[in-house]
Amino acid sequence: MAAGSTYTPIATTTFGSSATSYTFSSIPSTYTDLILVCYIQNSTSANTYVRFNGDSASNYSRTQLSGNGTSATSGRVSSTNAGYIDAIPTQTPNENIIVNFQNYSNTTTYKTYLSRANNAATGVQATVGLWSSTAAINQIAIFTDSGTMTAGTTFTLYGIAAA
Amino acid sequence: MPILGILASQITGHLSTNSYESIATVTIGAGGASSATFSSIPSTYKNLQIRALARTDRASNPQDFLQVRYNSDTGANYAYHSLYGNGASAGGNDTGTSTANPWSAVVAGATATASVFGTFVADLVDYTNTNKYKTLRSLSGIDNNDTSGRLYFQSNLWQNTAAVSTITIQPVYGTNFVQYSSFALYGVKG
Repeated sequence: MAAGSTYTPIATTTFGSSATSYTFSSIPSTYTDLILVCYIQNSTSANTYVRFNGDSASNYSRTQLSGNGTSATSGRVSSTNAGYIDAIPTQTPNENIIVNFQNYSNTTTYKTYLSRANNAATGVQATVGLWSSTAAINQIAIFTDSGTMTAGTTFTLYGIAAA
Repeated sequence: MPILGILASQITGHLSTNSYESIATVTIGAGGASSATFSSIPSTYKNLQIRALARTDRASNPQDFLQVRYNSDTGANYAYHSLYGNGASAGGNDTGTSTANPWSAVVAGATATASVFGTFVADLVDYTNTNKYKTLRSLSGIDNNDTSGRLYFQSNLWQNTAAVSTITIQPVYGTNFVQYSSFALYGVKG
């Protein structure tokens, strides 16, 4: 039987001014999955990353698939210090990214996430990322590697609870 | 009415969150299990979504695939197409002909690094409509912090107009899903 409605906004923000990062902290462990919805306006071309629980060690890796309207490519990065969620090279003003974090609060598996990034001007990308840690995720920091995220940038974190 | 999850990339306005419900969850225990089955699925939703974390016992391989089949139909009534990235190049593949074993998502196999599981989100649209074949689409991936990462977009076709009331998920190559694999089924109202 269905357990009732479950797709709950946990927190949301809209930037009133520029900032270099945004952090969701004290994420409750009561959900099964998390979904992060991003709409990023950045001052210059940049890539977008996440870090979990303040971990800036080389515990992240990724495999991605990209399309730019002409060709499809794939790449990977291992043992790096942040989790890519968007590696579209030319980040023009509006970047739409949806990230799925499955079973984020279990303490038995490494954390694998799926990201979809969309930019009408430059292309699309999907990424599977790994955080090589069994810790429950209680904090997600989002940042870009160049420039600043400008006013109007929005981040919303949702929780999904399974029956 | 948008489907949530990976279709949420299409959301441009306010997101209504009161039409997405958890139906059931299967968590694989010690000793593993050869399948995860959702039966007696209510027909009261418009679309279904499966969200999962999975690893199989497929030997000598860091990846496996899983197959999603309906109403206990194990016949060659399925088809699939894939777009994938392996960290070096992008490619695609498909059934060739109808198959009984559709590739529905990539997950982790036995030689993946310990504690690494693949993950996927799959949407089954209009699952109770008796005038249409059923189409599933998924985004799935496994990253192993080495050269074996895989990311897949896949579409599956079940060539049957019956309403879907049972969903069975099994490894394509492995025998069992291993402990801590977890499969959750959600319903989206229309």
